[in-house]
Amino acid sequence: MDVLIDERDLFLKAFWETIQLLGISAVVATVIGTLLAAMRVAPVPVMNAIGTSYVNLVRNTPLVVMFLLVVFGLPELDIQFSYFVKANIALSVYTAAFVCEAVRSGINTVAAGQAEAARSVGMTFTQTLGTVVLPQAFRAVVPPLTSVYIALAKNTSVAAGFGVTELTAELSAQLNNHPAAGIWLFVGVGLAYVLIVAVLSTGSHLLERRWAVAR
Amino acid sequence: MSNVLFDVPGPRARVRHRIYGAITLLVLAGLVGLVAWRFQQQDQFAYDEWEPFVTPAIVMDLFEGLLVTLEIAAVSIALAIVFGMVFAVGRLSDHWFVRWPCFVVVEFFRAVPVLMMIFFLSIKYASDLGKFWVIVIALVLYNGSVLAEVFRAGILAVPRGQSEAGYSIGLRKTQLMTLVLIPQAVATMLPAIISQCVVALKDSALAFVIPYEEIVSIGNRIRNEFHDTLQTALVLATVFIIINYSLSRLAIWTERRVARRGRTSAKMPSVADVGLGDQSIGGAPPPQN
Repeated sequence: MDVLIDERDLFLKAFWETIQLLGISAVVATVIGTLLAAMRVAPVPVMNAIGTSYVNLVRNTPLVVMFLLVVFGLPELDIQFSYFVKANIALSVYTAAFVCEAVRSGINTVAAGQAEAARSVGMTFTQTLGTVVLPQAFRAVVPPLTSVYIALAKNTSVAAGFGVTELTAELSAQLNNHPAAGIWLFVGVGLAYVLIVAVLSTGSHLLERRWAVAR
Repeated sequence: MSNVLFDVPGPRARVRHRIYGAITLLVLAGLVGLVAWRFQQQDQFAYDEWEPFVTPAIVMDLFEGLLVTLEIAAVSIALAIVFGMVFAVGRLSDHWFVRWPCFVVVEFFRAVPVLMMIFFLSIKYASDLGKFWVIVIALVLYNGSVLAEVFRAGILAVPRGQSEAGYSIGLRKTQLMTLVLIPQAVATMLPAIISQCVVALKDSALAFVIPYEEIVSIGNRIRNEFHDTLQTALVLATVFIIINYSLSRLAIWTERRVARRGRTSAKMPSVADVGLGDQSIGGAPPPQN
Protein backbone atom coordinates (compact mmCIF):
# COMPACT_ATOMS: atom_id res chain seq x y z
CA MET A 1 0.00 0.00 0.00
CA ASP A 2 2.99 2.31 0.66
CA VAL A 3 4.02 1.96 -2.96
CA LEU A 4 0.61 3.20 -3.99
CA ILE A 5 1.09 6.36 -1.90
CA ASP A 6 4.76 6.94 -2.82
CA GLU A 7 4.12 6.49 -6.52
CA ARG A 8 0.73 8.21 -6.54
CA ASP A 9 1.72 10.57 -9.38
CA LEU A 10 2.52 7.64 -11.66
CA PHE A 11 -0.64 5.81 -10.67
CA LEU A 12 -2.81 8.89 -11.17
CA LYS A 13 -1.27 9.41 -14.60
CA ALA A 14 -1.94 5.76 -15.45
CA PHE A 15 -5.50 6.06 -14.13
CA TRP A 16 -6.07 9.08 -16.36
CA GLU A 17 -4.75 7.06 -19.31
CA THR A 18 -7.29 4.32 -18.53
CA ILE A 19 -10.09 6.90 -18.32
CA GLN A 20 -9.06 8.38 -21.67
CA LEU A 21 -9.03 4.96 -23.32
CA LEU A 22 -12.47 4.28 -21.85
CA GLY A 23 -13.90 7.66 -22.85
CA ILE A 24 -12.63 7.80 -26.42
CA SER A 25 -13.38 4.14 -27.25
CA ALA A 26 -16.82 4.39 -25.65
CA VAL A 27 -17.78 7.33 -27.88
CA VAL A 28 -16.39 5.82 -31.08
CA ALA A 29 -17.82 2.36 -30.32
CA THR A 30 -21.23 3.87 -29.60
CA VAL A 31 -21.27 5.67 -32.95
CA ILE A 32 -20.18 2.58 -34.93
CA GLY A 33 -22.37 0.25 -32.86
CA THR A 34 -25.49 2.37 -33.28
CA LEU A 35 -24.93 2.51 -37.05
CA LEU A 36 -24.56 -1.29 -37.06
CA ALA A 37 -27.73 -1.69 -34.99
CA ALA A 38 -29.55 0.58 -37.43
CA MET A 39 -28.34 -1.67 -40.25
CA ARG A 40 -29.49 -4.77 -38.38
CA VAL A 41 -33.04 -3.49 -37.96
CA ALA A 42 -33.22 -1.75 -41.36
CA PRO A 43 -35.69 -3.16 -43.90
CA VAL A 44 -32.83 -3.77 -46.37
CA PRO A 45 -31.62 -7.40 -46.36
CA VAL A 46 -28.07 -6.53 -47.48
CA MET A 47 -27.66 -4.20 -44.49
CA ASN A 48 -29.01 -6.87 -42.11
CA ALA A 49 -26.45 -9.33 -43.43
CA ILE A 50 -23.55 -6.90 -43.02
CA GLY A 51 -24.59 -5.98 -39.49
CA THR A 52 -25.04 -9.62 -38.48
CA SER A 53 -21.73 -10.70 -39.98
CA TYR A 54 -19.83 -7.89 -38.27
CA VAL A 55 -21.28 -8.82 -34.89
CA ASN A 56 -20.66 -12.56 -35.29
CA LEU A 57 -17.11 -12.12 -36.53
CA VAL A 58 -15.99 -9.50 -34.03
CA ARG A 59 -17.53 -10.75 -30.82
CA ASN A 60 -16.17 -14.26 -31.29
CA THR A 61 -12.62 -12.95 -31.73
CA PRO A 62 -10.53 -12.55 -28.58
CA LEU A 63 -9.71 -8.92 -27.86
CA VAL A 64 -6.01 -9.83 -27.75
CA VAL A 65 -6.17 -11.06 -31.35
CA MET A 66 -7.93 -7.82 -32.31
CA PHE A 67 -5.07 -5.89 -30.70
CA LEU A 68 -2.50 -8.04 -32.55
CA LEU A 69 -4.27 -7.27 -35.81
CA VAL A 70 -4.46 -3.52 -35.20
CA VAL A 71 -1.30 -2.77 -33.24
CA PHE A 72 1.18 -4.95 -35.13
CA GLY A 73 -0.88 -5.56 -38.29
CA LEU A 74 -1.53 -1.99 -39.42
CA PRO A 75 2.20 -1.13 -39.62
CA GLU A 76 2.64 -4.07 -42.03
CA LEU A 77 0.19 -2.29 -44.31
CA ASP A 78 2.28 0.83 -43.80
CA ILE A 79 -0.40 2.55 -41.75
CA GLN A 80 1.26 4.27 -38.79
CA PHE A 81 -0.42 5.49 -35.59
CA SER A 82 0.71 5.87 -31.99
CA TYR A 83 0.09 2.97 -29.59
CA PHE A 84 -2.56 5.00 -27.81
CA VAL A 85 -4.52 5.64 -31.01
CA LYS A 86 -4.21 2.00 -32.07
CA ALA A 87 -5.43 0.82 -28.66
CA ASN A 88 -8.48 3.01 -29.12
CA ILE A 89 -9.09 1.62 -32.61
CA ALA A 90 -8.90 -1.98 -31.39
CA LEU A 91 -11.17 -1.30 -28.39
CA SER A 92 -13.70 0.62 -30.49
CA VAL A 93 -13.94 -1.94 -33.27
CA TYR A 94 -14.36 -4.72 -30.69
CA THR A 95 -16.84 -2.92 -28.43
CA ALA A 96 -18.96 -1.72 -31.38
CA ALA A 97 -20.23 -5.29 -31.86
CA PHE A 98 -21.48 -5.39 -28.26
CA VAL A 99 -22.98 -1.90 -28.49
CA CYS A 100 -24.85 -3.05 -31.58
CA GLU A 101 -26.31 -6.03 -29.71
CA ALA A 102 -27.24 -3.88 -26.70
CA VAL A 103 -29.04 -1.30 -28.83
CA ARG A 104 -30.78 -3.93 -30.90
CA SER A 105 -31.99 -5.85 -27.84
CA GLY A 106 -33.26 -2.54 -26.44
CA ILE A 107 -35.23 -1.83 -29.58
CA ASN A 108 -36.62 -5.36 -29.52
CA THR A 109 -38.12 -4.82 -26.07
CA VAL A 110 -40.64 -2.36 -27.51
CA ALA A 111 -43.76 -4.43 -28.06
CA ALA A 112 -45.12 -4.52 -31.60
CA GLY A 113 -48.50 -3.55 -30.15
CA GLN A 114 -47.13 -0.10 -29.32
CA ALA A 115 -46.47 0.75 -32.96
CA GLU A 116 -49.72 -0.85 -34.05
CA ALA A 117 -51.65 1.16 -31.47
CA ALA A 118 -49.95 4.37 -32.61
CA ARG A 119 -50.78 3.66 -36.23
CA SER A 120 -54.36 2.72 -35.46
CA VAL A 121 -54.99 6.12 -33.85
CA GLY A 122 -53.79 7.69 -37.10
CA MET A 123 -50.20 8.66 -36.34
CA THR A 124 -47.87 8.97 -39.31
CA PHE A 125 -44.72 6.86 -39.61
CA THR A 126 -42.55 9.72 -38.28
CA GLN A 127 -44.85 10.29 -35.32
CA THR A 128 -44.96 6.58 -34.51
CA LEU A 129 -41.20 6.29 -34.52
CA GLY A 130 -40.47 9.65 -32.89
CA THR A 131 -43.06 9.80 -30.13
CA VAL A 132 -43.84 6.16 -29.39
CA VAL A 133 -41.17 3.66 -30.39
CA LEU A 134 -37.80 5.43 -30.04
CA PRO A 135 -38.41 7.05 -26.61
CA GLN A 136 -39.18 3.61 -25.22
CA ALA A 137 -36.27 2.04 -27.06
CA PHE A 138 -33.76 4.57 -25.67
CA ARG A 139 -34.86 3.83 -22.11
CA ALA A 140 -34.61 0.09 -22.62
CA VAL A 141 -31.12 0.46 -24.06
CA VAL A 142 -29.57 2.07 -20.95
CA PRO A 143 -29.03 -1.04 -18.77
CA PRO A 144 -27.49 -3.28 -21.45
CA LEU A 145 -25.38 -0.41 -22.76
CA THR A 146 -24.05 0.20 -19.25
CA SER A 147 -22.87 -3.42 -19.03
CA VAL A 148 -21.07 -2.92 -22.33
CA TYR A 149 -19.27 0.17 -21.01
CA ILE A 150 -18.36 -1.64 -17.79
CA ALA A 151 -16.85 -4.45 -19.85
CA LEU A 152 -15.02 -1.85 -21.93
CA ALA A 153 -13.55 -0.30 -18.76
CA LYS A 154 -12.04 -3.68 -17.88
CA ASN A 155 -11.01 -4.36 -21.46
CA THR A 156 -8.86 -1.20 -21.58
CA SER A 157 -6.41 -3.25 -19.48
CA VAL A 158 -5.50 -5.30 -22.56
CA ALA A 159 -3.73 -2.18 -23.89
CA ALA A 160 -1.15 -2.87 -21.15
CA GLY A 161 0.18 -5.72 -23.28
CA PHE A 162 0.47 -3.40 -26.30
CA GLY A 163 2.60 -0.45 -25.30
CA VAL A 164 0.12 1.75 -23.43
CA THR A 165 1.02 2.63 -19.83
CA GLU A 166 -2.42 2.52 -18.29
CA LEU A 167 -3.39 1.31 -14.84
CA THR A 168 -2.70 -2.40 -15.33
CA ALA A 169 0.66 -1.75 -16.99
CA GLU A 170 1.63 0.58 -14.14
CA LEU A 171 0.65 -2.04 -11.56
CA SER A 172 2.77 -4.65 -13.30
CA ALA A 173 5.74 -2.24 -13.52
CA GLN A 174 5.49 -1.34 -9.83
CA LEU A 175 5.15 -4.98 -8.80
CA ASN A 176 8.41 -5.64 -10.61
CA ASN A 177 10.12 -2.59 -9.05
CA HIS A 178 8.93 -3.34 -5.53
CA PRO A 179 9.00 -7.10 -4.97
CA ALA A 180 7.94 -6.57 -1.35
CA ALA A 181 4.69 -4.89 -2.39
CA GLY A 182 1.96 -7.46 -2.50
CA ILE A 183 -1.69 -8.09 -2.23
CA TRP A 184 -2.56 -4.58 -0.99
CA LEU A 185 -1.09 -2.93 -4.05
CA PHE A 186 -3.24 -5.26 -6.14
CA VAL A 187 -6.34 -4.52 -4.06
CA GLY A 188 -5.65 -0.77 -4.21
CA VAL A 189 -5.39 -0.70 -7.99
CA GLY A 190 -8.33 -3.11 -8.22
CA LEU A 191 -10.42 -0.62 -6.24
CA ALA A 192 -9.72 1.99 -8.93
CA TYR A 193 -11.50 -0.29 -11.41
CA VAL A 194 -14.26 -0.94 -8.86
CA LEU A 195 -14.66 2.86 -8.65
CA ILE A 196 -15.09 3.17 -12.43
CA VAL A 197 -17.63 0.34 -12.45
CA ALA A 198 -19.50 1.86 -9.48
CA VAL A 199 -19.71 5.29 -11.14
CA LEU A 200 -20.99 3.77 -14.39
CA SER A 201 -23.62 1.60 -12.75
CA THR A 202 -24.80 4.35 -10.37
CA GLY A 203 -25.16 6.71 -13.32
CA SER A 204 -27.15 4.11 -15.18
CA HIS A 205 -29.48 3.51 -12.20
CA LEU A 206 -30.09 7.24 -11.84
CA LEU A 207 -30.90 7.59 -15.54
CA GLU A 208 -33.14 4.54 -15.38
CA ARG A 209 -35.09 5.93 -12.43
CA ARG A 210 -35.37 9.38 -14.01
CA TRP A 211 -36.66 7.94 -17.25
CA ALA A 212 -38.77 5.22 -15.73
CA VAL A 213 -42.23 4.92 -17.25
CA ALA A 214 -45.14 2.85 -16.13
CA ARG A 215 -45.62 -0.01 -18.55
CA MET B 1 -39.32 -8.17 -42.80
CA SER B 2 -41.88 -7.25 -40.21
CA ASN B 3 -40.59 -4.93 -37.58
CA VAL B 4 -42.10 -2.62 -35.01
CA LEU B 5 -40.00 0.22 -36.43
CA PHE B 6 -41.31 0.16 -39.99
CA ASP B 7 -44.52 -0.18 -41.90
CA VAL B 8 -44.76 -3.13 -44.23
CA PRO B 9 -43.19 -1.78 -47.45
CA GLY B 10 -45.34 -1.17 -50.50
CA PRO B 11 -44.12 -1.48 -54.10
CA ARG B 12 -42.35 1.88 -54.17
CA ALA B 13 -40.68 1.32 -50.80
CA ARG B 14 -39.47 -2.09 -51.99
CA VAL B 15 -37.81 -0.50 -55.00
CA ARG B 16 -36.21 2.10 -52.76
CA HIS B 17 -34.93 -0.60 -50.41
CA ARG B 18 -33.41 -2.44 -53.32
CA ILE B 19 -31.57 0.74 -54.36
CA TYR B 20 -30.28 1.22 -50.80
CA GLY B 21 -29.14 -2.39 -50.85
CA ALA B 22 -27.23 -1.87 -54.06
CA ILE B 23 -25.55 1.28 -52.71
CA THR B 24 -24.56 -0.55 -49.52
CA LEU B 25 -23.07 -3.38 -51.56
CA LEU B 26 -21.05 -0.90 -53.62
CA VAL B 27 -19.68 0.80 -50.49
CA LEU B 28 -18.80 -2.58 -48.99
CA ALA B 29 -17.09 -3.71 -52.19
CA GLY B 30 -15.16 -0.43 -52.17
CA LEU B 31 -13.96 -1.02 -48.60
CA VAL B 32 -12.95 -4.63 -49.25
CA GLY B 33 -11.21 -3.51 -52.44
CA LEU B 34 -9.30 -0.85 -50.53
CA VAL B 35 -8.05 -3.36 -47.97
CA ALA B 36 -7.14 -5.86 -50.68
CA TRP B 37 -5.28 -3.17 -52.60
CA ARG B 38 -3.38 -2.24 -49.45
CA PHE B 39 -2.51 -5.93 -48.92
CA GLN B 40 -1.36 -6.18 -52.53
CA GLN B 41 0.73 -3.01 -52.28
CA GLN B 42 2.57 -4.30 -49.23
CA ASP B 43 2.90 -7.78 -50.72
CA GLN B 44 0.84 -9.37 -47.95
CA PHE B 45 -0.70 -11.94 -50.29
CA ALA B 46 2.76 -13.32 -51.12
CA TYR B 47 3.13 -17.07 -50.57
CA ASP B 48 6.06 -16.55 -48.15
CA GLU B 49 3.80 -14.68 -45.77
CA TRP B 50 1.31 -17.55 -45.60
CA GLU B 51 3.81 -20.38 -45.85
CA PRO B 52 3.92 -21.15 -42.08
CA PHE B 53 0.24 -22.05 -42.15
CA VAL B 54 0.72 -24.75 -44.75
CA THR B 55 3.84 -26.12 -43.07
CA PRO B 56 2.82 -29.31 -41.23
CA ALA B 57 5.16 -28.80 -38.24
CA ILE B 58 3.82 -25.31 -37.56
CA VAL B 59 0.22 -26.34 -38.07
CA MET B 60 0.82 -29.11 -35.53
CA ASP B 61 2.24 -26.55 -33.07
CA LEU B 62 -0.86 -24.42 -33.50
CA PHE B 63 -3.08 -27.46 -33.05
CA GLU B 64 -1.31 -28.38 -29.82
CA GLY B 65 -1.72 -24.78 -28.74
CA LEU B 66 -5.42 -25.06 -29.45
CA LEU B 67 -5.64 -28.13 -27.25
CA VAL B 68 -3.98 -26.21 -24.41
CA THR B 69 -6.43 -23.33 -24.95
CA LEU B 70 -9.35 -25.75 -24.76
CA GLU B 71 -7.87 -27.37 -21.65
CA ILE B 72 -7.50 -23.97 -19.94
CA ALA B 73 -11.09 -23.07 -20.80
CA ALA B 74 -12.50 -26.44 -19.73
CA VAL B 75 -10.71 -26.55 -16.37
CA SER B 76 -11.56 -22.89 -15.71
CA ILE B 77 -15.25 -23.31 -16.45
CA ALA B 78 -15.53 -26.48 -14.39
CA LEU B 79 -13.96 -24.79 -11.36
CA ALA B 80 -15.86 -21.55 -12.04
CA ILE B 81 -19.16 -23.44 -11.82
CA VAL B 82 -18.21 -24.75 -8.38
CA PHE B 83 -16.99 -21.29 -7.31
CA GLY B 84 -20.12 -19.66 -8.71
CA MET B 85 -22.46 -22.13 -7.00
CA VAL B 86 -20.79 -21.65 -3.60
CA PHE B 87 -20.84 -17.86 -3.80
CA ALA B 88 -24.34 -17.66 -5.25
CA VAL B 89 -25.71 -19.68 -2.33
CA GLY B 90 -23.49 -17.64 0.00
CA ARG B 91 -25.00 -14.38 -1.24
CA LEU B 92 -28.47 -15.75 -0.59
CA SER B 93 -27.59 -16.84 2.95
CA ASP B 94 -29.70 -15.72 5.91
CA HIS B 95 -26.57 -14.81 7.89
CA TRP B 96 -24.96 -11.44 7.27
CA PHE B 97 -21.47 -12.77 8.07
CA VAL B 98 -21.78 -15.18 5.14
CA ARG B 99 -23.66 -12.83 2.82
CA TRP B 100 -21.31 -9.84 3.06
CA PRO B 101 -17.95 -11.52 2.38
CA CYS B 102 -19.53 -13.31 -0.59
CA PHE B 103 -20.89 -10.01 -1.86
CA VAL B 104 -17.49 -8.28 -1.58
CA VAL B 105 -15.60 -11.11 -3.28
CA VAL B 106 -18.06 -11.44 -6.17
CA GLU B 107 -18.30 -7.71 -6.81
CA PHE B 108 -14.54 -7.18 -6.57
CA PHE B 109 -13.57 -9.93 -8.99
CA ARG B 110 -16.31 -8.98 -11.41
CA ALA B 111 -14.94 -5.44 -11.58
CA VAL B 112 -11.22 -6.21 -11.80
CA PRO B 113 -9.71 -6.93 -15.24
CA VAL B 114 -8.60 -10.52 -15.79
CA LEU B 115 -5.32 -9.31 -17.26
CA MET B 116 -4.54 -7.48 -14.04
CA MET B 117 -5.04 -10.69 -12.05
CA ILE B 118 -2.82 -12.57 -14.50
CA PHE B 119 -0.04 -9.98 -14.14
CA PHE B 120 -0.31 -9.99 -10.37
CA LEU B 121 -0.41 -13.76 -9.98
CA SER B 122 2.37 -14.35 -12.48
CA ILE B 123 4.71 -11.78 -10.93
CA LYS B 124 4.09 -12.87 -7.34
CA TYR B 125 3.30 -16.56 -7.56
CA ALA B 126 4.29 -17.96 -10.98
CA SER B 127 7.21 -19.90 -9.48
CA ASP B 128 4.93 -21.66 -6.98
CA LEU B 129 1.84 -22.17 -9.08
CA GLY B 130 3.15 -22.60 -12.59
CA LYS B 131 1.78 -20.61 -15.50
CA PHE B 132 -1.14 -22.94 -16.18
CA TRP B 133 -2.63 -22.35 -12.73
CA VAL B 134 -1.91 -18.63 -12.85
CA ILE B 135 -4.16 -18.37 -15.89
CA VAL B 136 -6.75 -20.81 -14.59
CA ILE B 137 -7.03 -19.10 -11.19
CA ALA B 138 -7.47 -15.69 -12.81
CA LEU B 139 -10.15 -17.08 -15.13
CA VAL B 140 -11.91 -18.94 -12.30
CA LEU B 141 -12.05 -15.85 -10.08
CA TYR B 142 -13.55 -13.76 -12.89
CA ASN B 143 -15.86 -16.30 -14.54
CA GLY B 144 -16.81 -17.78 -11.18
CA SER B 145 -17.94 -14.38 -9.95
CA VAL B 146 -19.91 -13.77 -13.12
CA LEU B 147 -21.51 -17.22 -12.84
CA ALA B 148 -22.29 -16.58 -9.16
CA GLU B 149 -24.47 -13.67 -10.25
CA VAL B 150 -26.00 -15.74 -13.04
CA PHE B 151 -26.82 -18.58 -10.61
CA ARG B 152 -28.19 -16.15 -8.06
CA ALA B 153 -30.46 -14.65 -10.70
CA GLY B 154 -31.46 -18.19 -11.70
CA ILE B 155 -32.33 -19.19 -8.14
CA LEU B 156 -34.27 -15.98 -7.61
CA ALA B 157 -36.11 -16.57 -10.88
CA VAL B 158 -37.75 -19.72 -9.50
CA PRO B 159 -41.27 -18.58 -8.55
CA ARG B 160 -41.83 -17.91 -4.86
CA GLY B 161 -44.60 -20.48 -4.71
CA GLN B 162 -41.93 -23.16 -5.07
CA SER B 163 -40.17 -22.00 -1.88
CA GLU B 164 -43.45 -21.62 -0.06
CA ALA B 165 -44.49 -25.11 -1.08
CA GLY B 166 -41.13 -26.44 0.09
CA TYR B 167 -41.32 -24.74 3.47
CA SER B 168 -44.93 -25.78 3.97
CA ILE B 169 -44.04 -29.45 3.68
CA GLY B 170 -41.36 -28.84 6.32
CA LEU B 171 -38.13 -28.58 4.31
CA ARG B 172 -35.20 -26.74 5.84
CA LYS B 173 -33.51 -23.94 3.91
CA THR B 174 -30.64 -26.24 2.86
CA GLN B 175 -33.06 -28.93 1.67
CA LEU B 176 -35.10 -26.34 -0.17
CA MET B 177 -31.97 -25.09 -1.97
CA THR B 178 -30.62 -28.50 -2.92
CA LEU B 179 -33.90 -30.27 -3.68
CA VAL B 180 -36.09 -27.56 -5.16
CA LEU B 181 -34.36 -24.35 -6.17
CA ILE B 182 -30.93 -25.33 -7.50
CA PRO B 183 -32.14 -28.20 -9.76
CA GLN B 184 -34.62 -25.86 -11.41
CA ALA B 185 -32.10 -23.02 -11.60
CA VAL B 186 -29.45 -25.21 -13.24
CA ALA B 187 -31.75 -26.13 -16.10
CA THR B 188 -32.31 -22.49 -16.98
CA MET B 189 -28.64 -21.62 -16.41
CA LEU B 190 -27.25 -24.16 -18.85
CA PRO B 191 -27.27 -21.78 -21.85
CA ALA B 192 -25.58 -19.06 -19.77
CA ILE B 193 -22.89 -21.53 -18.71
CA ILE B 194 -22.22 -22.42 -22.34
CA SER B 195 -21.96 -18.73 -23.28
CA GLN B 196 -19.54 -18.28 -20.42
CA CYS B 197 -17.33 -20.92 -22.10
CA VAL B 198 -16.99 -18.51 -25.02
CA VAL B 199 -15.80 -15.82 -22.61
CA ALA B 200 -13.29 -18.19 -20.99
CA LEU B 201 -11.97 -19.28 -24.40
CA LYS B 202 -11.50 -15.69 -25.48
CA ASP B 203 -9.93 -14.66 -22.20
CA SER B 204 -7.48 -17.57 -22.30
CA ALA B 205 -5.80 -15.54 -25.06
CA LEU B 206 -4.66 -13.10 -22.34
CA ALA B 207 -2.12 -15.76 -21.35
CA PHE B 208 0.05 -14.45 -24.18
CA VAL B 209 1.37 -11.70 -21.87
CA ILE B 210 3.15 -14.23 -19.65
CA PRO B 211 3.53 -16.07 -22.27
CA TYR B 212 2.28 -19.66 -22.05
CA GLU B 213 1.73 -22.59 -24.44
CA GLU B 214 -1.76 -21.81 -25.66
CA ILE B 215 -2.61 -20.97 -29.25
CA VAL B 216 -2.23 -17.19 -29.07
CA SER B 217 1.20 -17.41 -27.43
CA ILE B 218 2.25 -19.91 -30.11
CA GLY B 219 0.86 -17.60 -32.76
CA ASN B 220 2.80 -14.71 -31.28
CA ARG B 221 5.98 -16.77 -31.53
CA ILE B 222 5.26 -17.60 -35.18
CA ARG B 223 4.57 -13.94 -35.83
CA ASN B 224 7.91 -12.87 -34.38
CA GLU B 225 9.78 -15.55 -36.28
CA PHE B 226 8.23 -15.07 -39.72
CA HIS B 227 7.18 -11.41 -39.52
CA ASP B 228 3.70 -12.20 -40.75
CA THR B 229 1.48 -10.53 -38.15
CA LEU B 230 -1.57 -10.03 -40.35
CA GLN B 231 -1.61 -13.63 -41.52
CA THR B 232 -1.11 -15.05 -38.02
CA ALA B 233 -3.76 -12.82 -36.49
CA LEU B 234 -6.25 -13.71 -39.24
CA VAL B 235 -5.62 -17.44 -38.76
CA LEU B 236 -6.02 -17.13 -34.97
CA ALA B 237 -9.20 -15.09 -35.39
CA THR B 238 -10.65 -17.69 -37.77
CA VAL B 239 -10.00 -20.54 -35.33
CA PHE B 240 -11.66 -18.67 -32.47
CA ILE B 241 -14.59 -17.52 -34.57
CA ILE B 242 -15.38 -21.08 -35.70
CA ILE B 243 -15.25 -22.53 -32.18
CA ASN B 244 -17.04 -19.67 -30.46
CA TYR B 245 -19.73 -19.35 -33.09
CA SER B 246 -20.50 -23.06 -32.77
CA LEU B 247 -20.67 -22.71 -28.98
CA SER B 248 -23.04 -19.76 -29.32
CA ARG B 249 -25.35 -21.76 -31.57
CA LEU B 250 -25.20 -24.60 -29.05
CA ALA B 251 -26.21 -22.19 -26.28
CA ILE B 252 -29.24 -21.00 -28.24
CA TRP B 253 -30.20 -24.57 -29.14
CA THR B 254 -29.88 -25.65 -25.48
CA GLU B 255 -32.03 -22.75 -24.42
CA ARG B 256 -34.83 -23.71 -26.81
CA ARG B 257 -34.60 -27.30 -25.67
CA VAL B 258 -34.76 -26.39 -22.00
CA ALA B 259 -37.73 -24.14 -22.71
CA ARG B 260 -39.47 -26.89 -24.64
CA ARG B 261 -38.97 -29.62 -22.10
CA GLY B 262 -40.47 -27.55 -19.32
CA ARG B 263 -38.53 -29.15 -16.49
CA THR B 264 -38.33 -25.86 -14.66
CA SER B 265 -40.71 -23.18 -13.50
CA ALA B 266 -38.05 -20.45 -13.62
CA LYS B 267 -38.13 -17.81 -16.32
CA MET B 268 -34.80 -16.46 -17.47
CA PRO B 269 -33.88 -13.79 -20.00
CA SER B 270 -32.76 -15.30 -23.27
CA VAL B 271 -29.05 -15.68 -23.99
CA ALA B 272 -29.75 -14.28 -27.43
CA ASP B 273 -31.09 -11.06 -25.95
CA VAL B 274 -28.30 -10.94 -23.55
CA GLY B 275 -25.72 -10.75 -26.28
CA LEU B 276 -24.13 -14.10 -26.16
CA GLY B 277 -20.77 -14.69 -24.73
CA ASP B 278 -19.78 -11.19 -24.18
CA GLN B 279 -17.32 -10.28 -21.57
CA SER B 280 -19.57 -7.44 -21.02
CA ILE B 281 -22.45 -9.26 -20.35
CA GLY B 282 -20.47 -9.87 -17.51
CA GLY B 283 -23.51 -11.93 -16.92
CA ALA B 284 -24.98 -9.31 -14.70
CA PRO B 285 -28.36 -10.61 -13.78
CA PRO B 286 -29.75 -9.55 -17.01
CA PRO B 287 -32.37 -7.13 -17.54
CA GLN B 288 -30.11 -7.17 -20.34
CA ASN B 289 -25.99 -8.22 -20.58
